Amino acid sequence: MRKWLVGLAACCQVWLVGCSKDAAPAGDMKPADSAAAAASDMPKPAAAATTDTIKVGILHSLSGTMAISETSLRDVALMTIEEINAKGGLLGKKLEAVVVDPASNWPLFAEKARELLQKDKVAVVFGCWTSVSRKSVLPVFEELNGLLFYPVQYEGEESSYNVFYTGAAPNQQAIPAVEYLMGEKGGGAKRFELLGTDYVYPRTTNKILRYFLHSKGVSDDDIHEEYTPFGHNDYQTIVANIKKFAVGKRTAVISTINGDSNVPFYKELGNQGMKAADIPVVAFSVGEEELRGIDAKPLVGQLAAWNYFMSIDTPENKAFIAEWKAYVKAHNLTDGDKRVTNDPMEATYIGMHMWAQAVEQAGTTDVDAVRQAAGYQTFRSPSGFDITLDAKNHHLHKPVFIGEVQANGQFQIVWKTEGPIRAQAWSPFIPESSKKVADWTYPWVCGNCTEAKYPGVGAVANK
Amino acid sequence: MRRLGKPGTWSSRTGRRPAALRCLAAFAVSLAAVLLATVAARADASDYESALHSLAEPSPEEVSRGISGLGSSGDPRAMGVLQALRDGNLLVAEGGAIYLKDAGGALHDALSGAPSGPRAGRAPPVDNDVRRVLLPVLARLELRSPDRAVRLAANETLADRGNDGDAPVLRDALARETDKGVRAAIVSTLAELDLASTDPQRRLGAIDAIGASGSVRFRPVLSALVARHDDGSYSEPDPRVRSAADSVLHSLDRKQMAVDAIAGVLYGLSAGSILLLSALGLAITFGLMRVINMAHGEMLMLGAYATYCTQVFFAAHFPSLMSWYLLAAVPVALITCMAMGALLERTVIQFLYGRPLETLLATYGLSLLLIQLVRSIFGAQNVTVENPPWLAGGAELFEGVVIPYNRMAVVLFTIVVVAFVGYILRGTSLGLRVRAVTQNRPMAACMGISTRRVDTWTFALGSGVGGLGGVALAQLGNVGPEMGQSYIVDSFLVVVLGGVGKLMGSIIAAFGLGILNKVLEPFAGAVLGKIVVLMVVVLIIQKRPQGLFAQRTRGVEDA
Amino acid sequence: MTSLAPARGPAIGRPWATWVTAAVCVVVGVLVPLLNVVTPETSILHVSAVTVALTGKLTCYAIVAVAMDLVWGFAGILSLCHGLFFALGGYAMGMYLMRVIGGEGMYRSALPDFMVFLDWKELPWYWRGFDHFGFALVMALLVPGLLAYVFGYFAFRSRIRGVYFSIVTQAVTYAAMLLFFRNATGFGGNNGLTDFKRILGYSLREPSTRAALCAASGAGLALTYLLCRFVVRSRAGRVLTAMRDVEAKVRFCGYDPVAYKLFAWTLSAMLCGLAGALYVPQVGIINPSEMQTSSSVEIAIWAAVGGRGTLVGPIFGAYLVNGGKSWLTAAFPTAWLYVLGTLFVVITLVLPGGLVRAFSGAGRGRDLMAGWIRDLASKRAASGTSSNVPLPAANLAAPAPPTTVAATDQEEP
Repeated sequence: MRKWLVGLAACCQVWLVGCSKDAAPAGDMKPADSAAAAASDMPKPAAAATTDTIKVGILHSLSGTMAISETSLRDVALMTIEEINAKGGLLGKKLEAVVVDPASNWPLFAEKARELLQKDKVAVVFGCWTSVSRKSVLPVFEELNGLLFYPVQYEGEESSYNVFYTGAAPNQQAIPAVEYLMGEKGGGAKRFELLGTDYVYPRTTNKILRYFLHSKGVSDDDIHEEYTPFGHNDYQTIVANIKKFAVGKRTAVISTINGDSNVPFYKELGNQGMKAADIPVVAFSVGEEELRGIDAKPLVGQLAAWNYFMSIDTPENKAFIAEWKAYVKAHNLTDGDKRVTNDPMEATYIGMHMWAQAVEQAGTTDVDAVRQAAGYQTFRSPSGFDITLDAKNHHLHKPVFIGEVQANGQFQIVWKTEGPIRAQAWSPFIPESSKKVADWTYPWVCGNCTEAKYPGVGAVANK
Repeated sequence: MRRLGKPGTWSSRTGRRPAALRCLAAFAVSLAAVLLATVAARADASDYESALHSLAEPSPEEVSRGISGLGSSGDPRAMGVLQALRDGNLLVAEGGAIYLKDAGGALHDALSGAPSGPRAGRAPPVDNDVRRVLLPVLARLELRSPDRAVRLAANETLADRGNDGDAPVLRDALARETDKGVRAAIVSTLAELDLASTDPQRRLGAIDAIGASGSVRFRPVLSALVARHDDGSYSEPDPRVRSAADSVLHSLDRKQMAVDAIAGVLYGLSAGSILLLSALGLAITFGLMRVINMAHGEMLMLGAYATYCTQVFFAAHFPSLMSWYLLAAVPVALITCMAMGALLERTVIQFLYGRPLETLLATYGLSLLLIQLVRSIFGAQNVTVENPPWLAGGAELFEGVVIPYNRMAVVLFTIVVVAFVGYILRGTSLGLRVRAVTQNRPMAACMGISTRRVDTWTFALGSGVGGLGGVALAQLGNVGPEMGQSYIVDSFLVVVLGGVGKLMGSIIAAFGLGILNKVLEPFAGAVLGKIVVLMVVVLIIQKRPQGLFAQRTRGVEDA
Repeated sequence: MTSLAPARGPAIGRPWATWVTAAVCVVVGVLVPLLNVVTPETSILHVSAVTVALTGKLTCYAIVAVAMDLVWGFAGILSLCHGLFFALGGYAMGMYLMRVIGGEGMYRSALPDFMVFLDWKELPWYWRGFDHFGFALVMALLVPGLLAYVFGYFAFRSRIRGVYFSIVTQAVTYAAMLLFFRNATGFGGNNGLTDFKRILGYSLREPSTRAALCAASGAGLALTYLLCRFVVRSRAGRVLTAMRDVEAKVRFCGYDPVAYKLFAWTLSAMLCGLAGALYVPQVGIINPSEMQTSSSVEIAIWAAVGGRGTLVGPIFGAYLVNGGKSWLTAAFPTAWLYVLGTLFVVITLVLPGGLVRAFSGAGRGRDLMAGWIRDLASKRAASGTSSNVPLPAANLAAPAPPTTVAATDQEEP
């Protein structure tokens, strides 16, 4: 009887798997003409890999705490692969996505990265979100000479030979935002509350901002740093303290709160009557996707700084959004027409196209060749600007936008840069980092050094 | 006008010409006055008009200019226009005409006041910069509003962002003000502005006024006043002012400490009510049935999702009743979770009685299944559960301590739920049977009570109460598939600390832990405060393993 | 054996258990690493680096599962903080690995990277000494052991048992997780310790180092198994098992439960620390999410799936469940949680004795289980009594044929 029950349980599992909605259509996408689509759910042993496709690895958490943010990146990556395949693929071959789920588990990220590179032999990987996940896969990529495109804004202080950073470095997001707040249009703030979640991105960003504020004449008395753990959801005392701190001088809050904690934080702000015009809050981790889960009416006027907003009015952005909505409909993704586009999705889109362009230019998917070709790439992004990939520090030149939250969850752009800004991988405001150079071209050929590797004639420091 | 003599003759110089001249002058002057008045009126009107035109411009700078223009135009209609702009009820039509929406939703032309049909149009570009101009200008106008609350709010705005230029307006308003509360507010705002004055006498007067008002929000300003720079000099040059500020500061400091303590207790009550809501259902299942339900967090989650579904349903079918969806969500969540609890009990839990450790594992597995099920149906993203408008905002109890309405509502809701559970257990026959089975199962069975059904009902009740907790939690935080996981450890600790079998123990434990956490938080930070609370609980359990309020038993081995 | 042991008839245990475990250890410790290093890549016998890493990781989990079985299957203590001990051992080894990075980190400083971005100027006192491998290894055993000893002493002395104990251990691991997530605590916060380069002078990227670590894990598993088996078969082990079944009676017989439980508990914690120390160099990162309450509950399910109280069962349980996890998160990412959840429910309801008992010992196993299920049906009426009865005590109804059931269920692992 027990064996019968065990068998029944196994059948139920299979039934449940079959009925799980969003994984089946979007995961493990194969090109439409491949007859092996039905049997393709398991990662094949290397020997059986078809040689007429180019494999692209997608390393994003589809379950666990980061699933909320990362599932959209997987979807937009698959959409871009479809777009490229529809135009004929690359080098005469179709692109094939290999999707794995590291489940927000950092050791599993390293394991899956190794699998993608060694077992599935992918040509490139698009993935990671948190700095922990990136740091845990970095040794794997450097050891196996893989290529990773990392699409999320981060704290800088890194430039790896094997990674292309398509998200913003602090000088492309945090610094312009603070300059805006200090300026007249932003309210002329003289006192700053640095509020963040307790991990490396807020810590490093706040360190950079503190040095920056010192350089602008703001004293330590007017800077207050506060950290809350992941998942913290009771901001009563913190918001009350901010109100006390703000008495007497124009104050602004710089929020690097990440993930779920944003919802209770903003609800508390709204309910305790903190108005955006009085004490503006600028966030670096809140975008259209995060606002989907919040009632945005109490937040009208709060700020966010990114390199892209869904409300940007350019023909390229309209086309991008239309393509995304069509993809969502065609694949019946959850939440249908409420899905939005945001900065990391745009960065994934740009990164994929740049990689595709580099492959076409190099004529091969070999990592070393593609890496060298990537430095020449320029792409007209949905933000309307021509984005270039910097061969020296492997970052993108990106424009900066500052937007105010609207009641419908979109952002109204109140300020933007004239053109794209070059990323500074090593912040010039931190004394130890200001000496470092990230330059993978001759003669420096390093991501983290104070002297050129090949010192000689014409060794010019270029940060 | 008098005729100056017969036509064709000049009157003699002797007396009539000066009178005639006077008449002419008076006539000219009055004509000029009338003309000027008309011109002025028209200029006023055109001031108002041109300001309105600026409002219709697409650039924020023009809008700001328009706002300032409206503020200085003196036109009585200006206040209404600016209020509409602030509240988002102003529409700019294609031709540049401006329409205001009133409370009923009908549109009126801003210039003529005439009502108008539905129009297509856009909202003017209002960003923070524009708001910074708008709010003080509007506040100055609102000081004359007939509504007391509006005058108070306007005074508050001027206190936050006013400058010396507002002092005359405030003094003017003070002279006309009859309401005591508003007078006191205006006096303290004037005092704050006076503190920055160059005249030491006025500063002294301001400090006296502040001392009289006793409001602690002046503490930072006063401490900055008595602050000593690194080189030994003071910010405040006059020693009399300094000593006056010092003494007022001392009394304010004492008051601040009291305020902080009360605030800590209030926040703690709010946090404790949340703990209690999440732990109450667990107290029922664990306390009365000795079943460890690790899936209890998922009952909270299901209740929150039931609220979300109710909201969606109301939005689709009863949009006019949207603000009342919360009341409908309560029974929906209760019934859904009771049904789920009954289902779980019948299929899994009933086979595991007497084996609490296995129950723990099995219910943990159930929680994983429920999370993944919800994730597959609703997606991994968080879903939006809106606060109904009557729950938005907060009440300032005193001195900067603002208690949001939704937290007050949660505390009240908790009390209602506890009363409900208490009534069920004490006042209904089901409760009687539950208590009987808990105390002595075989005897209860002998008395004819169907213990199987009572078990199912008890578990269902516990799960239902968890669902009610989820309704409240949906208003305060995120609603996502994994929301229950963050409440489960705390719920268990509350139940174990309170003592198994007594609901009163859980109540006291929940509020005690909430208050302790919130009182520690300003000193130790959020994380350390939490860790200290956890360690305190562990230590208390070490000392009293059966909890604070435990049922006395004679068994050698409890539980 | 002393006179306390009942007169025993023919061996009623699983004599095959030791052989099977030995075989597993040989495969894991010798065969897999050898086949990776010695055979060329194209050979059919070659074992890929991915497999070596995976095997090593799973073996560390198996060590934890055996340690869990010692306290749960034999001492009746369901601990939900074994993940904490595992992580503490991992952190000790991680601190050593961080120290030996030396000046090759991101910031080219003698301090670990995360201390540089926190603006710390010197090494905190609790990091001193970790540049020696031996010290780190000792700390990997000592720190979890000490924590377990202190906590256990107070807990057992207060007679906290059963579910209360489990809940309190959950609180302890949750508090520790919060503490380690704080960057200010000095262990790398959410990032944890990562970016390791060398161990004992050997580069961690070399296949030979990986193979050696896998072999070391196999050796660790063998050591753990033998140690636990020795403890369980000794007199102390018998007292322990008796305490699991009827603690009150054993106490009245004059034994002090605190000492025995504390011994098993501390030993188990130290073995978890050892597993953590072996785990971290193979995985390359240690961070506070290893201390999550869910990790500890999963450890319990490994032991339950394999078969509690058997010592060999949990080894299989660990391999099976974690291997399944690795495979499923690649093949059917969204199905993994369904499978895990169903596994929990099915195992506790249908196969409380675990797979080993279900499929071994031919008729004997089945009969035991049949009897057990019947016991449960009758026992449901008596709730609230002795909560730790994973195996049927023979003093309850034993409808199975009398020849197969001895006086007490002293199963030899």
